[in-house]
Amino acid sequence: MKSGPDPDFLFSPGDRVRVRRAAPLGHIRTPFYIRGHAGVVERVCGAFANPEELAQQRDGLPAQPLYRVRFRQKDVWPGYRGSAADVIELEIFQHWIEP
Amino acid sequence: MIERSHHDMGGQPAGKVRRTEHAYDDWELRVDAMMMLLIGVVGGGKRMTVDELRKNIEALPPADYDKMGYYDRWVISLTQTMIQRGVITTDELARKLAEVENRGQGRISPKK
Repeated sequence: MKSGPDPDFLFSPGDRVRVRRAAPLGHIRTPFYIRGHAGVVERVCGAFANPEELAQQRDGLPAQPLYRVRFRQKDVWPGYRGSAADVIELEIFQHWIEP
Repeated sequence: MIERSHHDMGGQPAGKVRRTEHAYDDWELRVDAMMMLLIGVVGGGKRMTVDELRKNIEALPPADYDKMGYYDRWVISLTQTMIQRGVITTDELARKLAEVENRGQGRISPKK
């Protein structure tokens, strides 16, 4: 799926990021439950044609950087009863996160 | 705007998850095969993306979404996508469905 010139990777492993709060229409790859939450970039997954654009019959280019972001479960779920060390990791496209 | 789409149910209250495997019906296998052809995983004739499949599944009315099975959603969605892409028309679909329905009735009661 990677194509075109290398995109600008704005984030690196270890960076603290926050998922944007947004509710657009169409096919969205960022689940509702994680929007607005802060986590840490665990790895850079690469760059891929934007699935939100592909879903609308467009080419999704330029490719969007994709990151695996690690969140603490207790930050995500109110009243979480598991270990405070538990984490959840999601792969999130760059346009959905901000510093 | 729609804050949380119906399909986006992570973290919402839900019933018990059944962890058992189940056998697929023949039609479900055919829908799966059709999808592999349409997205170009096999056959080399890409006609749509998996993202379009997802978009049209996610656009199902909530009540229909809930009562449909996995491949029910797939077949509705890939059909919708073929209409959106102009591969088939709604009229062709309606006529074909009527033809298939008649064929099915013929099989159930062959003698009139």
